[in-house]
Amino acid sequence: MKFFQGFRFKRALTPIHRLDSRVKLLISCAFFVAFLYVELLPLIVILLAQVPLVVIARVHREWLQTLRGGAFFATMIFVINVLTGSQVTYSLAMVIRFLILISAFSVFFLTTRPDDLEVALEKMGVPYEYCFMFTTAVRYVPVLAIEALTIIDAQRSRGLEMEKGNFIKRVKNFIPVLIPLLVNSIRRSIEMAEAMEARSWGATKYRTSLYVPRLRPMDYISLIITVAAISFAVYVHFFWTIPTTVIPIPGL
Amino acid sequence: MIEVSGLHFTYPTGVEALRGVSTKIGKGEFVAIMGENGAGKTTLAKHFNGLLKPSRGKVFVNGIDTRKASVAELSRKVGLVFQNPDHQFFCETVKEEIAFGLRNFGFPREAIKERVKWALALLGLTKYEKSSPFVLSGGEKKRLALASVLAWDPEVLIIDEPTIGQDYAQKEKLRHFIAQLIAKEKAVIIITHDIEFVADCSPRVIVMSRGRIVMDGPAWTVLTNHKQILKAALIPPQVTQVFIKLSDLGMPTGIIGVNEARDLLVERLLGASG
Amino acid sequence: MPLIEVKNLTYTYPGSIKPSIKKVNLTIEKGEFLILTGPSGCGKTTLCRCFNGLIPNFYYGKLSGDIIVAGLSVRECPTFELAQRVGFVFQNPENQLFALSVEKDVAFGLENLGLPREEIRERVEWALDMVRITDLREMAPYELSGGQQQRVAIASVMAMRPEILVLDEPTSFLDPVAAKTIFEVVKRFNEELRMTIILVEHRLDLTAPYSNRIVVMDKGQIKLDGTPREILRSDKAGRLGVCIPKVVKLSEALKEERVKLEQVPLTADETAQIIRRILER
Repeated sequence: MKFFQGFRFKRALTPIHRLDSRVKLLISCAFFVAFLYVELLPLIVILLAQVPLVVIARVHREWLQTLRGGAFFATMIFVINVLTGSQVTYSLAMVIRFLILISAFSVFFLTTRPDDLEVALEKMGVPYEYCFMFTTAVRYVPVLAIEALTIIDAQRSRGLEMEKGNFIKRVKNFIPVLIPLLVNSIRRSIEMAEAMEARSWGATKYRTSLYVPRLRPMDYISLIITVAAISFAVYVHFFWTIPTTVIPIPGL
Repeated sequence: MIEVSGLHFTYPTGVEALRGVSTKIGKGEFVAIMGENGAGKTTLAKHFNGLLKPSRGKVFVNGIDTRKASVAELSRKVGLVFQNPDHQFFCETVKEEIAFGLRNFGFPREAIKERVKWALALLGLTKYEKSSPFVLSGGEKKRLALASVLAWDPEVLIIDEPTIGQDYAQKEKLRHFIAQLIAKEKAVIIITHDIEFVADCSPRVIVMSRGRIVMDGPAWTVLTNHKQILKAALIPPQVTQVFIKLSDLGMPTGIIGVNEARDLLVERLLGASG
Repeated sequence: MPLIEVKNLTYTYPGSIKPSIKKVNLTIEKGEFLILTGPSGCGKTTLCRCFNGLIPNFYYGKLSGDIIVAGLSVRECPTFELAQRVGFVFQNPENQLFALSVEKDVAFGLENLGLPREEIRERVEWALDMVRITDLREMAPYELSGGQQQRVAIASVMAMRPEILVLDEPTSFLDPVAAKTIFEVVKRFNEELRMTIILVEHRLDLTAPYSNRIVVMDKGQIKLDGTPREILRSDKAGRLGVCIPKVVKLSEALKEERVKLEQVPLTADETAQIIRRILER
């Protein structure tokens, strides 16, 4: 649960928060340059490049939480890689690449209001219905999560023991939780649809918007810096030799 | 029956929901737990069947420390009926729904059949035996939720917000039903905002505010303590309000029922107008 | 010309055999504050969904008879048009709020209408102010209490400047103090803006004092229609399962003992004042 806190918008008035959503999206995607590298040193540099952003945005606690939460999957990636014969440094590099990406997007979601993202996506040409679906998902996933916990409590109070039994029994024990969740979700969608109709949904194809994404000087500067950083990373990959270390594993 | 001592509870999110609650609820007692949203009422109730375990302090159900028992063990004795019946229905028929709890608690097949029949009849749902729980009306769903818990005959019944969305006739039926359960020596705990319903039932009332019990006593003392009631974000019953406003004329203030009020006023008013 | 005219309205939900409302006749004038009540299943929820076109446009089913709302025929008009005249607030606040900030939610209906941004801004400010939630504008729904959420829902409906506001048991999930706030807000609209209010409610002890008319339904038909004092005093209302406020029960009980109060009280305040006057004589 705590892991997901790293992906929820945290309200603050920092320069990062104030950047246009599209620019932030680009910055997060810029971290995909990590996929150019398998060497540890540049990857660590790229990961650390997020730190100034995190500090300015004042989201260090949540960012660290995401990294800690990602540790589970990171360990799995490491173990699978080593077991399939990759070297330790390579496996470590895969882990860091994974962490770079989830932390970059964590920073994105921490500093971007979903409502702003909705209009940004719309401006980029995504049809409104899909943008709305996105915001609605962000809006209701936490509600669904709480509802799932309530349903589990209700069924446990009827004697359902979810921790007991063999594998098949445990899977069957999910039915009393999934069905109410599903039924309630359908009911919720109907209620939402009613409320949408009652607010003139579909009145016109030409929806207007309260918020307008506008690019400011800071946005342009950030764009330039980001493009420069991407270019530099590509250049380094192709034209510099990077020192690599090989960590020997006894017995391998 | 249920004993709570020095109960503190903090949610994993860091919210301190219960800050030192101590109380006892005995066999056959009828208790209403009231208080504003967030006061800790449902949190407290969840400790009675082990869904939540104390961060500090102890909760005993029939002498068993809830920390040492599973939710299933405790639920066998303490039945908790959740506020929204839609959070529990998943079976194809009403019959199955009632049988679910019985099966979980290990009742033999013959006993299950009997008890399902009994529970259906008790709550007036026999004609819906083979219906899907999803096509029942709101009131019928609430009765089904109740039936499915009563089927395994717990000693304590906790009902979370029993009167939401109910019309007057349904509330009256519920009141009579609870009286029957009390007569059978079951303890009944209701968590509610409905002060007029509580005034009608006249149970023991526990008022909670910000994680603590701030009032505990018979309805006629608690509901008429208007300063404390207002502090707990509750509004006294209408009849009580009338007498509070007339307290400067020497009217007694411990009145919650219409009949009491009538008798008192008849005395005073027929006296006054000669 | 009455604002709402319901003529011989009968409606059956798709897949149902029996109609939920049968030959209902009702006229509502502008500025009325009407409470629609009755035992569960009486058809009040069905009837109020006819006012903004959810029936028949969203629910389909069989609708016969006529219903004219603000000059528009509900059968022929699309919901999005009726929604601009008839605002609808639903029971569960959680499922009416779509956006992640209050001001965006309040703007939602206006955005759907394609209004120019300046007008949206203006109306959002107005609605936030009217409902007194301007300080909540940046909040996300999960940061709000149930009462606050419901007020946001009301504001987002108000922003569309409807002439009629229909509320379907809006305070079911709220505690009494929050419920009172909602009724006070709605009463203010009725008084200051001459908005016509249709409130579906069980809890007449809380709501009767705000209204000037109570309509009681049972088994799909209108059985009683009159002023709050008339209706709450009548035996028939009690027999229909209407929740009679305790002070009215008290006044009737006193009448049986030959103590007649000068009028049927609707609030504890009124009751106390009337009794005080008798005692001071």
